[in-house]
Amino acid sequence: MRLPGLRALSVTTALAFGVSLSLVFFYAPIEAEEGFVQKIFYLHVPLAIVSLCGFVLGGLEAIAHLRTREAKWDLRSYVAIHMSLIFGLAVLITGSIWARASWGHWWVWDEPTLVSFLIVFLLYATYQPLRFAIEDPERQARYASVFAITAAAFVPLNFIAVRLSASYVHPRVLGGTSSLPSSMAFTFLVSLAATALLYATLCSYELAAKRTRILLKSRSRILGFQ
Amino acid sequence: MILAAATLPDGANDGYVAAAYIVFFVLVLVYVAIMAWRLTRVERSVRDLHAREREQEREERERV
Repeated sequence: MRLPGLRALSVTTALAFGVSLSLVFFYAPIEAEEGFVQKIFYLHVPLAIVSLCGFVLGGLEAIAHLRTREAKWDLRSYVAIHMSLIFGLAVLITGSIWARASWGHWWVWDEPTLVSFLIVFLLYATYQPLRFAIEDPERQARYASVFAITAAAFVPLNFIAVRLSASYVHPRVLGGTSSLPSSMAFTFLVSLAATALLYATLCSYELAAKRTRILLKSRSRILGFQ
Repeated sequence: MILAAATLPDGANDGYVAAAYIVFFVLVLVYVAIMAWRLTRVERSVRDLHAREREQEREERERV
């Protein structure tokens, strides 16, 4: 279970979050137009990036599963998507709070970034019902992998479509339209690293827990207790 | 402190920032609590398995 590695990862994550929060509230300047509300950006955007990358990671691990037929890749793909869904829920809630504070509405339907993220989230929300609707474990893993790959291909396509869309109301962080001052960009990158570390830590805990349960089940079966 | 003074709340809509960060930490906390509850269940299963294993060993010894 490599618990010492997990402990080190957890401590690093906690430290990174401490540094990130310190930078957000004591280093990054208050944005001229939005004011203090803009601090939500350092939480919301890294969560969205990590969540979308997690969905793509789940797809890549699903490819590895279909190529090798090793169960460990299916487990990793499942955990990556499961964790991305939790992060995605946080993105939707923090995004709604930010929208309410900045625009006066909890949700804006004509904003492509919001709606496209909701579509991706709802698409992945069907992953678990689909997965657990299939009883045979091998078929379950295979179908889940096919779904994960197809949906993962949709994520970058969706991202590009939003980028190409006409509306630029939503702030752009990465790419040519970025207009962040260096102190804000540095704080953003530290927040992004902390969020990615949190994702990695929670995935590692989830994987360790799932592996332990699988070991326990197989041990019970070997001893004839099941 | 001077640095902090320029980066802290300006009075308008501060509650939304607090709400966003609180929601995030509550979500993480709920997830950790669920993990802890699942861990307790796994620990109980390991204890049960261990006890049954010892019981089985004792029965085998008695049979011999």
